[in-house]
Amino acid sequence: MSEENREVVQHKDIHSAPEQKQAAADPTRRDMLFHLGVGLTTAATVLLAIPLVGFVCSGFLVGRVNAWISLGPLEAFPENTTRLATYRNPFTRPWDGQTANIPCWVRRLTGNHFQVFAINCAHLGCPVRWFPESGLFMCPCHGGVYYEDGSRAAGPPPRGLFEYRYKVDNGQLWVWGGEMPTLANPV
Amino acid sequence: MERLRKAAVWLDDRLHLTALYASTAGHEVPASSGSWFYVFGSGTLLCFVIQVLTGICLAFVYVPSTNEAWTSLQYLNHTQFLGWYLRAVHNWGANFMVAIMTLHMIQVFLFGAYKYPRELTWITGVFLLFLTLGLSFTGEIMRFDQNAYWGLGIGAEILGRVPGIGAGLVHLMLAGPIIAGETLSRFFTLHVFILPGLVMAVVAVHLRLVLTKGINEYPRPGHPVHKATYDAEYADILRKEGVPFVPYAIGKDLIFAAIVIVGILGCALIFGPNGPSAPPDPTIVQASPRPDFYFLWIFAGLALLPGWMEAWIMFGVPLISFIVLIMLPFWSGTGEKSVRRRPIAALVVITAVLVFGLLTYEGQTTPWSPHMSAWSADPTPVQFLQGRTPLEMRGAVVFQNKQCRNCHQLGGVGGQRGPALDTVGERLTRLELVRQVIQGGGNMPAYGKKLTPAEVDAVVSFMQTLRRKGVPPAQNSTTPENNLPRDLALNRNSGLPVKQ
Repeated sequence: MSEENREVVQHKDIHSAPEQKQAAADPTRRDMLFHLGVGLTTAATVLLAIPLVGFVCSGFLVGRVNAWISLGPLEAFPENTTRLATYRNPFTRPWDGQTANIPCWVRRLTGNHFQVFAINCAHLGCPVRWFPESGLFMCPCHGGVYYEDGSRAAGPPPRGLFEYRYKVDNGQLWVWGGEMPTLANPV
Repeated sequence: MERLRKAAVWLDDRLHLTALYASTAGHEVPASSGSWFYVFGSGTLLCFVIQVLTGICLAFVYVPSTNEAWTSLQYLNHTQFLGWYLRAVHNWGANFMVAIMTLHMIQVFLFGAYKYPRELTWITGVFLLFLTLGLSFTGEIMRFDQNAYWGLGIGAEILGRVPGIGAGLVHLMLAGPIIAGETLSRFFTLHVFILPGLVMAVVAVHLRLVLTKGINEYPRPGHPVHKATYDAEYADILRKEGVPFVPYAIGKDLIFAAIVIVGILGCALIFGPNGPSAPPDPTIVQASPRPDFYFLWIFAGLALLPGWMEAWIMFGVPLISFIVLIMLPFWSGTGEKSVRRRPIAALVVITAVLVFGLLTYEGQTTPWSPHMSAWSADPTPVQFLQGRTPLEMRGAVVFQNKQCRNCHQLGGVGGQRGPALDTVGERLTRLELVRQVIQGGGNMPAYGKKLTPAEVDAVVSFMQTLRRKGVPPAQNSTTPENNLPRDLALNRNSGLPVKQ
C-alpha cells in the first residue's frame, strides 16, 4: 500500500512538468490515484495506530487484580496491639525491587478478630504512622488523623483508613490485596 | 581564504543559508524591543537547551528501573566523575527554567504582548508553561527516592477522584495496580521523549510566530491596539525604527544568557545536587513526603482547603485556569497595552504572585502537619514545669507522652496543627479543658478512650497552670459553681467518664 503511495509521489516529483499538461486532458487518473493514495494511507495508519494506542493504554482497561496474601503467622500479632506488617505484592515484575514490598497496619483485637489498614492516608495516599501512646494514626502530609479503629478523627481525609478484607487460615493471617487503594478503588 | 569563500558560496547555494539568516536572525524588530524586559524568552529557551544537554549526559548512567534508579543516582553522586555536578546543573537548570519562564509570562502579560495579532504566540506559550510543569513533575519522579514514591501516590490519589473513570486513570498513570517498575518506565518515557519532543515542536511554532507576527513593540500608554489599524502601525514602526535582531537587539539577550549560565553553574557548585533522599521503599513509613518548590503551592492548597470544595478545586482550578489563559487573548485582544493604563492587569499579577508566594511559603513551613517526633524529641521547656505540684507535673508527663505536642506548641516548639497552649489556662476553664480533651472537636481527636480519669485530671491540672504571670485561670461567669477549686468541682459534676 505504501509502495503505491510512494510511486505516486515519485511520479509527481520527477515528471511534474509534463504531467501537468496531461492532467488537464486526463484528470480522472490523477484524481483516482490521489484519492486511492489518501484512502490506503489512512487505512494503513489506522492499522499502525491500533497496536500503538492499545499498547500504551492497556493499563486503562486492566480489571481489578487481587489475591489472598499471607501476612505471616498469627503469633506475630499480639492481641490488643497494632503492628506494621509488610507483604510482597503478588503482581510484580522482576525489576520492581523494593517498591513491590507493601506495608500495612495490622490491629489484632482479640482472637481471630483483626483490622488490617492500608498504609495510605485516605486523603492523598501518604503513609500514616501509628502512635500507640495516644492510639492515633497520623499522616505527615496534610495532618490527617485516625483513631485506632481506622475511623477519621481529624484533618482533611474524606473517610476512614482503607481496610483490607482478611481471613485466618492455616494459622496465618491473609489479606485480599494487590492494588494501591484510592477513593475510586478502595482495597 | 579563497577556498573557504568558495566552500561557503557552494554551501549557501545548496542550503540557501543567506536567505534563511535574513528571514530569521536578521529579521527586523522594533528598536524599542531591544530592552532588558525582553530577555526572558530567550533565557527560558537557553535553560531548556541546558536541560537537554545535561539530561542526555545523565541518561548515559541513570537506570530507569525501580530496582536500580536510586542506586544509580547514588553512583552519579559519589562515583561517576562530575556526576554530582551534572545532577546539580540539571536540577538548577530546572529551577532557573521555571523561574525565568514565570518572569517571561508576567512580562508578556504586563506588556500586552498577547493582544492582536499575537494570540497564537500566547497560546503556544501557555502550552509550553504546562509542558514545563509536566517536565518538572516527571523530573521529580526521576529522582526516584521516598519523595518521588509518595509523590506518585499523591498523583494517583488525585486522579482516583475523577468521577467515573478514576480507577482506570490510576491504572493508566501507574501502568499497573501499584507504583512499581512500569510506573517509573512510563515517567521516564514522558520525561525524556514525549514532553521534551512536544516542547521542541511547540517552541518551533512559538518562534515561527515571533517571525511571522513580529515581536511586540515596547508598549506606550495611549496607543491602544485596533484590529483594523494595528498591522499598518506595526509595519510603520518597523519602517521607521526597525533594526535587524542580530546584531542590534540580541546584545542584552546574550548578556542575560551569560548571567543565566553562570548563575546555574554557580548555584550547582554551591548547593550541589538535590537528593536523592531516603530510598523509595514503601515499607519505610518514617516518611514526610514533600514536593519540589514548584508544587508546594498545590501541596499547601490541598491541606488548607475545606473538604467539600477539595474535589472542585482539584479539577476545577487547573481546567478553569487553562481555559482562562487560552481565552485571554480573545477576551482582551485589543485596547491599551501599557500596564500604566491597565490597573486590573497589574492587580492580577500582584494577587497571583501573593497567592502563589504565600501558598509556597505555607507549603515550606507546613504548619498543618503534626510534628511526628515533637513528643519524643522536644523536651517540655523548664518554665512550664517550675513550681508545679506533683499532680501537675504528672499532667506534664501525660501531655508529653500522649503526643499532645505533635500538634500543640509549648514555648514555640512543637506542631502547629492546633493552637499553641502557652496560655491555654487563661482561655479555657477547667471543665472546658476536660471536655475538649475527652471529646475533641474543632479538628482535634477525642482522647476519652485513651486516657484514664486520673490522667485527664492530671493533664487538665497541668494545662490550667499554663498562664502568664499574675493572670488568673479562666472563669465561667454563667455557672460560677464550676469555678470552685478542683476537687470540689470534680465531686459536684462528676463529669469524668469511667474507663471501660
